[in-house]
Amino acid sequence: MKDIEKYVNPKALTPSNASFFRYEEKSKGEERRAKLCLSIEEAIYRSGLKDGMTISFHHAFRGGDLLLNNVMNVIAKMGFKDLTLASSSLASVHDPLIEHIQNGVVTQIYTSGLRSKLGEAISKGLMQKPVQIHSHGGRVHLLQSGELHIDVAFLGVPVSDEFGNANGYSGRSKCGSLGYAMMDAHYADYVVVLSESLEAYPNVPASLHQDQVDAIVVVDEVGDPSKIGAGETRMTTNPKELLLASHTAKVIEHSGLFKEGFSIQTGTGGASLATTVFLSERMEEKGIHASFGLGGITGTMVYMLKRGLIKTLLDVQSFDEFAAKSIGENKNHIEISANEYANPSSKGASIKQLDIVVLSALEVDVAFNVNVITGSKGLLRGASGGHSDTAAEAKLSIIVAPLTRGRIPTVTQRVNTVVTPGATVDVLVTDQGIAVNPKNVELKERLKKAGLHVVDIHTLYERAIALCGEPAQIAYTDKIVAVIRYRDGSIIDVVRQLA
Amino acid sequence: MKQKLRRSMLFVPGSNTGMVCNAFIYQPDTVMFDLEDSVALSEKDSARMMVFHALHHFTYQNIETAVRVNPLNSPFGLQDLEAVICAGADIIRLPKTDTMDDVLEMEQEIAHIENRIGREKKTLLLAAIESALGVVNAVDIARCSKRMMGIALGAEDFVRDLRTQRTKEGTELSAARNQILLAARAAKIGAFDSVFSDVKDKEGFVHEAQYIKGLGFDGKSLINPNQIPWLHKVFEPSQKEIDWAIEVCEAAKDAKEKGLGVISLDGKMVDAPVVLRAEWILDLARASGVLGEEQ
Amino acid sequence: MNTLHVDIQPAHAGTLESSDAFVRVMPNDRAGVEIELESSVAEIYGDAIEASVLQTVLAMNVDRVKVMIQDKGALDFVIKARVQTALLRALGVSEPDWSTL
Repeated sequence: MKDIEKYVNPKALTPSNASFFRYEEKSKGEERRAKLCLSIEEAIYRSGLKDGMTISFHHAFRGGDLLLNNVMNVIAKMGFKDLTLASSSLASVHDPLIEHIQNGVVTQIYTSGLRSKLGEAISKGLMQKPVQIHSHGGRVHLLQSGELHIDVAFLGVPVSDEFGNANGYSGRSKCGSLGYAMMDAHYADYVVVLSESLEAYPNVPASLHQDQVDAIVVVDEVGDPSKIGAGETRMTTNPKELLLASHTAKVIEHSGLFKEGFSIQTGTGGASLATTVFLSERMEEKGIHASFGLGGITGTMVYMLKRGLIKTLLDVQSFDEFAAKSIGENKNHIEISANEYANPSSKGASIKQLDIVVLSALEVDVAFNVNVITGSKGLLRGASGGHSDTAAEAKLSIIVAPLTRGRIPTVTQRVNTVVTPGATVDVLVTDQGIAVNPKNVELKERLKKAGLHVVDIHTLYERAIALCGEPAQIAYTDKIVAVIRYRDGSIIDVVRQLA
Repeated sequence: MKQKLRRSMLFVPGSNTGMVCNAFIYQPDTVMFDLEDSVALSEKDSARMMVFHALHHFTYQNIETAVRVNPLNSPFGLQDLEAVICAGADIIRLPKTDTMDDVLEMEQEIAHIENRIGREKKTLLLAAIESALGVVNAVDIARCSKRMMGIALGAEDFVRDLRTQRTKEGTELSAARNQILLAARAAKIGAFDSVFSDVKDKEGFVHEAQYIKGLGFDGKSLINPNQIPWLHKVFEPSQKEIDWAIEVCEAAKDAKEKGLGVISLDGKMVDAPVVLRAEWILDLARASGVLGEEQ
Repeated sequence: MNTLHVDIQPAHAGTLESSDAFVRVMPNDRAGVEIELESSVAEIYGDAIEASVLQTVLAMNVDRVKVMIQDKGALDFVIKARVQTALLRALGVSEPDWSTL
């Protein structure tokens, strides 16, 4: 034995449970179902949640999420206070959080987005501690660096087995990719899976795994399937969106990157969807295929996959039911985690392989800085999302926005809030001209040569002001209501309370 | 004289504020504000006021503007004319033109208003022919005034007058289209085809656009901005045409620089109308976005 | 149009659609122009809209009038057109002097 001790810790030499030596009672059926809880209360009780801890949720159900409000109501009823809420994002459906904040249940928030009445209330000073707004990649960075430590994660899924193997692409409330939830399952101390249905073990392939999950609760519903889809699933007939899409497709076509094996990420909404449709037409005409489509995946991208125009989809979030279903059906439609997608300190984030990203904006200023979080009145009403992550890493980042929305100028002298720095933006496509970041000399020449309407961004600004008039300054107090964290964790801007 | 491109004339109801504020962004060759059939009787005055201000607005200064006014024999026609001529409209579109007299009467009123307000730039006239009588009189209508820049077919009223209806094939319009085109060309003015109403039917639209382009029409009236790129694509010259046009224009430039009276290309003499045609193709190519600005 | 118009009937113009404005004008007891504005862009353009409306009303020599505007993000020229139409209706003028509008 002495020989072995040279190589192995001597304590390891005696089997700990001594099962070598005597017959042990095997686990019975009941113990095999030990993770199952009868109620959300039981799961919370078992988790050991205490005042002051951090709880988390994922946002794959978007506007159709029913889980966060239900769990928060239970937590509030159980009397917990002073919790930090770290949801990967928040939608307008989460307005009931206002009450929990007023009652001291939640005193700190980490999120990518804030909207609706919750955003408005926070802008008006609802919380003492400022909200930490992070990007999708930046959230993983915060988890990895330890600033954000999740004590208990509550992860809603449509389907799980009794051991915690869960996915999002089958069942009733399909959300598709669980790319954000995967991170919570990985980093949280205690993981509660809340599932609409229970499948026989093993429910594989799984997105959340048995060795990550502590407790399982079967709930009536985690989401409203009719509201899970984000935005349009059909081709828009809105002329302005079609115009923007047609300009965007032309910018891509003449960017120098539109060649065999290129890669692309687009968002939701009519213009984005139409861009992919126009681009598909050009790809078919020219016989060009994309190597991968990334990020939030739409039904249109799935259609391109099926027609062989895109080889692989890397899906961190499925934007509609077609995409949600496709993950389970198409072997080249791959679910990826937020770490694989966009974390700047990941060993490998797909955005570092990305050629083209098409992004939206609430405001863009003459230095190309982009605001996707505060509206024209200074209210929190948007989401950081993957905006700054993809803009920083893609070879070509395209911002698409109408020059004005009604009487609200999109191009401004200085954005209300910087989410994505102008240095990472290549080109702004509007309905009244295309402005190229002066640093990208080559792109500007290419687009001009192609006959596109290229103008200076200051020209766009002046035109927006000529149309709408010079907007009055929004009055703020000194109090900070939200801190905008750049993807590396640094503070890129703050949002102040409205006066 | 250099010919202005008039492939697309986008109808914009004067009562549709959103369209009035946005039409320019779609860059039709001509924006045609409507005060006539698309505007309810109770909103004639408000639509007129809206179009009056839109015509003054900076967004409509670099785009050709036309206004379809109400007939002079209606209570609104004269006020429409006053307002839009004061506001600087480029073209007045006469609705329901049956005879030469309709044009002359309108011309007289326009001249009267122009004189009174001291407008120097002459307002142009576009006559919409919407009846059998108008088609029969097309030649006179096209030739009767120097202000006439074109005649257009208004198919909806026309087929009713013929006691038939519109079909996809458009057989019922063939006589009118041919007559209007011949009359326009004989008077050396533009010929414009009617609207295509099913805004979702791209295939049907493109088919009709190709047909009327083949006949020789300059363009078409449109009711939806989404039809503009479809139409412009139909009018987009082929690479072969562009290459030919560039050669002709370079030969013309070369001859001018060398002070030669005769333009020759590949040993053959090139006539002035051929050069005009080549320049027009390059204009089309530029407008279609298939030719960079510096070329 | 140099004389001051004080004798007006209630009238309105415009719509409540987005990018438009609904304008009502009515006689007022007090001298001057009273403006009541409700706007989707009040925070950033409220003052500009009120100033523009006042200028439009004064240019038409109308006094003792209350102007109520429900603005849905209309551009300045749209609001002007709506105010002028409402006032012409209130004055019963169907043939205005276009060079002054």
